[in-house]
Amino acid sequence: MTSPTPTGAPATTASPARAPQRRTLLSVDRVGRSFGDVRALDGISLDIAENEFFALLGPSGCGKTTLLRSIAGFETPDEGEIRLGDDDLLAMPPHRRPVNLMFQSYALFPHMSVAANIAYGLKREGLPKAEIADRVDEVLATVGLSSLAKRRPAQLSGGQRQRVALARAIVKRPRLLLLDEPLSALDRKVRAEMQLELKRLQHEVGITFVVVTHDQDEAMSMADRIAVLADGRVQQVATPVELYRNPANLFVADFIGSSNRLAGTVDAGHFVAPGIGRLPSDGTSDVAPGSEAHLVVRPEDLRIVPHGAGVLDGKVSEVQFQGGASTVAIAVPGQERPFLATVPGVAAQTRGSHVGLTWDSAVVVTDDRA
Amino acid sequence: MADTVTDTASTRRATTRYRPRTGLGWLWLPLALCALFLYIPIAVLVGMSFNDGGSAFSWDGFSFRWYAELAGDEVLRQSVLTSLMIAAGATVVATVLGTLLGVGLARHTRSKALETAAMAPAILPDLVLAIGLLAFFFVAGIPKSALTILLAHAAFGTAFVVAVVRARLTGSDASLEEASRDLGAGGFTTFVQVTLPSIAPAVVAGALLVFTLSLDEFVIAYFTAGPTTHTLPITVYSMVRTGVTPEINALATVLVAISVVVVVVAARAVRRTEKS
Repeated sequence: MTSPTPTGAPATTASPARAPQRRTLLSVDRVGRSFGDVRALDGISLDIAENEFFALLGPSGCGKTTLLRSIAGFETPDEGEIRLGDDDLLAMPPHRRPVNLMFQSYALFPHMSVAANIAYGLKREGLPKAEIADRVDEVLATVGLSSLAKRRPAQLSGGQRQRVALARAIVKRPRLLLLDEPLSALDRKVRAEMQLELKRLQHEVGITFVVVTHDQDEAMSMADRIAVLADGRVQQVATPVELYRNPANLFVADFIGSSNRLAGTVDAGHFVAPGIGRLPSDGTSDVAPGSEAHLVVRPEDLRIVPHGAGVLDGKVSEVQFQGGASTVAIAVPGQERPFLATVPGVAAQTRGSHVGLTWDSAVVVTDDRA
Repeated sequence: MADTVTDTASTRRATTRYRPRTGLGWLWLPLALCALFLYIPIAVLVGMSFNDGGSAFSWDGFSFRWYAELAGDEVLRQSVLTSLMIAAGATVVATVLGTLLGVGLARHTRSKALETAAMAPAILPDLVLAIGLLAFFFVAGIPKSALTILLAHAAFGTAFVVAVVRARLTGSDASLEEASRDLGAGGFTTFVQVTLPSIAPAVVAGALLVFTLSLDEFVIAYFTAGPTTHTLPITVYSMVRTGVTPEINALATVLVAISVVVVVVAARAVRRTEKS
């Protein structure tokens, strides 16, 4: 259970939990934390590399925030180790850790100006005044807020506050920057802007970022690697593409992107769906023969073919046009949920037409969680 | 003229349209009655303080006579001074202890027992507290004096400051303090730089509360006073026993004036700290 390598991960990929190539900066080793009967963290092990943009992704209550707060020093794990380089982080109080946290609420000091907020951490280091002023100016320019240095947090918009919080954290030049749901308080448009901004900043300042989020789009678009958490355990650690293409289990497959599912069993290297028969699939080698499994087909891998020409037959129940692409919902007899297919441009099918379905790639996963 | 059609349509709709009420409506009546009930006694008192006659209840013409008498009253002046000193001392002690206790209760413990113990002096009947303190000072061998009153007032004043400060902190997010720690500040710096500024209005409010409560507190002061210490309420009490003179009205008017000034100044100070 404590193995960093997720169960059911495809054998073709090198163990993705080990940071590839670059030197490991943060290593979380079998960390556990309980609140009463609730196991918030249950043997979490992760290695995060120097300069990496790493995301902790999971539904609320999965333990991701507890893990982040343990790294920052506001929670003390019951067991396990957290090391940053050669330092034992758990032995240090929060104010001595070379790690900074950007709070979900931003936690800007309301009684201080933007410049004073940013200077706060530098003053604690006892730096000379001139150097503090220089570094504050520099970071204000980096986040594009030079003109607002004298404002109070209350006089700023949500996006501006977020930038101040970020500036306040990166001005300390931490070895590791933790971001707790950094974009959740922003509206949709600003959020998209800030996603790009965060990536740009991460490249520019060269700090390792660990971001906690429940939003898979956010994690997928920003992170180099993602750890998917559920029930206080790591379900899978992989690059966004790997997570999407080769989910370790049903939970990951469902949580990342949208997916079509068929329940069945694995038999002699093939996926067999009851009442349908053998179906084309990958990844059956990871599943013990005879065990219950699910076939996962991504909407863009699903092809609509003439009735009777595919693996499955169904009836179009809904067509949604989304600009660049359309989503076609197909009701398949015997299946509870309709199958969703993404087709480029305008869909040729209309509601009520009978179609066949086939796919080029599909992955088989089990319901076994880590 | 093109508007005519839409106009008639919208006016017809307007007659049934809901509008949020902006005025008080009939609610002005209870409001006015409450105001009358609260302020008429004070108005009468202030008015009668300018009464030329010797009775507190019948008007004999305008005069500053009782104010002059008040100014010349050595006993009264001494007791005002004693009361002010006790109130100031009790305020300092209670504000410091109460603020620390309030922060501690809100941030560093979940103990309900400790919370109840801290609040008890504010909730207990004054008489119980007075007798308890009297017994304590006797057992501890502390002679009764202005200092014992000060300590007694600080004891219940602390509870009030705790209540105000804690309320302010429980309503606020602990992430500000965590952010300060995260940015490299130790516990003490965090308290001075972040916690204290954010609770400043509550601390000022608590201090004011203690000062005013101490100034007119009678029961506890009466029990813990030494034979020669007379606070203002004790002096006034002994004056009233020999008959109410308009001099007391004059004194009350002066106290009202001082209270108004103090409250206005404090409110301004709080608003300033909140703005900055």
